[in-house]
Amino acid sequence: MSKRLISGADQVLENVLENVLIFLTSRRDRNAVSLVCKSWCRAEAHTRSDLFIGNCYAVAPRRVTDRFKRLRSVYLKGKPRFADFSLMPADWGAHFTPWVYVMAGAYRALEKISLKRMLVTDDDLAVIAKSFKGFKELVLVCCEGFGARGLGVIATECRNLRVLELNEDEVLEDEFDWISCFPSDCTTSLESLCFDCLESPVNFEALEKLVARSPLLKKLRLNRHVSIQQLYRLTSLAPQLTDLGTGAFGLQDIIDPQQPAYQEPDHGHTFAACKSIVCLSGFRDLAHEYLPAIFPICANLTSLNLSYAHVDAQQLKSVIRHCHKLRIFWTLDSICDEGLQAVANACTDLRELRVFPTDPSENAEGPVSETGLLAVSLGCRKLQSILYFCQQMTNAAVIAMSNNCPDLEVFRLCIIGRYRPDWVTGQPMDEGFGAIVKNCKKLTRLAVSGLLTDRAFSYIGQYGKLVRTLSVAFAADGDTGLKYVLEGCTNLQKLEIRDSPFGDSGLQSGLHHFYNMRFVWLSSCRVTKQGCLEVARRLPKLVVEVFRRDEEDGGERGDFVNTLYMYRSLDGPRADAPQFVKIL
Amino acid sequence: MSKMNMEDGLNLTLGLPGRDESDCFKNNKRSQPETNDESSGTTENKEADMETAPATKSQVVGWPPVRNYRRNIVQKESGMYVKVSMDGAPYLRKIDLKVYKGYPDLLKALENMFKLTIGVYSERDGYKGSDFAPAYEDKDGDLMLVGDVPWEMFIVSCKRMRIMKGSEAKGLGYNV
Repeated sequence: MSKRLISGADQVLENVLENVLIFLTSRRDRNAVSLVCKSWCRAEAHTRSDLFIGNCYAVAPRRVTDRFKRLRSVYLKGKPRFADFSLMPADWGAHFTPWVYVMAGAYRALEKISLKRMLVTDDDLAVIAKSFKGFKELVLVCCEGFGARGLGVIATECRNLRVLELNEDEVLEDEFDWISCFPSDCTTSLESLCFDCLESPVNFEALEKLVARSPLLKKLRLNRHVSIQQLYRLTSLAPQLTDLGTGAFGLQDIIDPQQPAYQEPDHGHTFAACKSIVCLSGFRDLAHEYLPAIFPICANLTSLNLSYAHVDAQQLKSVIRHCHKLRIFWTLDSICDEGLQAVANACTDLRELRVFPTDPSENAEGPVSETGLLAVSLGCRKLQSILYFCQQMTNAAVIAMSNNCPDLEVFRLCIIGRYRPDWVTGQPMDEGFGAIVKNCKKLTRLAVSGLLTDRAFSYIGQYGKLVRTLSVAFAADGDTGLKYVLEGCTNLQKLEIRDSPFGDSGLQSGLHHFYNMRFVWLSSCRVTKQGCLEVARRLPKLVVEVFRRDEEDGGERGDFVNTLYMYRSLDGPRADAPQFVKIL
Repeated sequence: MSKMNMEDGLNLTLGLPGRDESDCFKNNKRSQPETNDESSGTTENKEADMETAPATKSQVVGWPPVRNYRRNIVQKESGMYVKVSMDGAPYLRKIDLKVYKGYPDLLKALENMFKLTIGVYSERDGYKGSDFAPAYEDKDGDLMLVGDVPWEMFIVSCKRMRIMKGSEAKGLGYNV
């Protein structure tokens, strides 16, 4: 193709277009715009300031910096979700390092970096701190590889820091006092500081001083080493908080007699100052007798996360009955079906519910069941998203939910006992999940469990036209299930399957669609190396990775591939694949 | 649907998965779930491996899909925390009785914590030679002198401790 010089008129047009495109924020719209023609693609690239990359291996960093010249914010995602459950070897990849170096060279004005499931080192954080002068926001979700030292460099160098959020990261315990690294001579611009996932204690004195000189602080999430007494000192310094992670919400464990004495906290006045709190979490070491301290703010809460505390039904009832505005509620199943009924009674505006298991073993006494699910479906009609762990379930309850909650977009049901049928009828859970995909017309994300046959998957393929993410584990039937899904779910982007009897022929039925997907994960299924090779051969732009979770070479376990992870890429197979990962 | 011969297992129990599986899914082409027991890899063969039911007691890796830090949420009840107050002092302390090996250990810790001497315990005279006596509130709400009952009994029945001024403590220790 010969180079075409842009004429003067064309250039004017592009400039005009750019001035219009600045207002376009949705990335879907921007992607559509960029496909119109080369001129529009250029204009769009000049004006895109927020970039989202769903798979860090789908594109090389250099390609990004060549196309987009003026990024303010980058959101990068690395490993697939099953990595959270120890299904991915530790050294698999998703390194942030190559990205940070390339971006440091290209984007002087970068202000915001968000990373999810990436390997980030202290050096990487230092590069961020030193390269981006106006750096404002760092959000790390489910990341690992860095320690407090890296945080210290960020705190020291980034004078305009507004947001520092650590969310479910595994931070190396290096005992470095990073909180003291924030400049002490002036007020900060901090609006959000979250370190609730940090395992080691922070320097409380320094933290207190930091909060005192952060007048814009709205979101503060403390880790479990901050006691309730310390919390009250912080909240009195920051009455403007809207989002609080309470830390322990219990007394300090005093075993060392050198610890200073404390006074019984004054429950009456503790939260009285914090009229603006709408989002409450923490309770990492809850002393139950202090729960009433939150009563004064319950009526304002839109989000409450009690999922780190063993709260029983009675204790929950005393809290939840005040929470009429609640939209998001996360809890442990210790609240039992009775607690869920109380939620259903009080929280008619609930949009998102997550119920986590107290005891994740397969033969535990399940405190929540179909009763709780049904109650929630009857009380919380506006429910959009549910994650529910239980030991037993019935089709009837799931069907009821599909009818009562038509706004459901996310339905994730995890019946902990594998292959468990409807315990009342003995039937597979096909009809329940079938009803969900049929009746919930907005459904985009689905996770299935329990005893399932091909019928369940035929329903999913037939009705799940908007489903973008599907998670399957220990499904019981043969290959056809996968075929139904790959042929039927036209919007499928992310498919993660483990321990199910899906094999090569099922896999082949997705050849027409794999380029439209973010990734496909199949572990402990029945795909063979031959089958994977065939896919790799037919789809050259697909990176087909095969590996074993135990990092043994070859990727196979007996006749079948242990883990198949495949994804589209513009830049071919990655150069940083470890020895045990075979790219076909 | 003959694969799923449910007749055998219709009395649904929340029994161990292995037992149910080998009864009900004889012809099923299910792959063997990954278990922590790595030796299962060596028994791989071409036959349907359902007969070798997964080791029911061993953990299946990554199942249920709950992240590691959620698995480590410990029940508060595993410690034995009690509040300790001292007459005349505006402050309370909290201690975990589980960490002490016996009365001498506990009393020494209290002495250090509150900067006082408690003295030696004797069954007849209580804590002689000191202004202070450690007392505790038991499950029934009764105020007892620390040391009256065997240590094992004490740590399960003690709800709260109070270091009393010696004069007040004289009445204790003589209950039935």
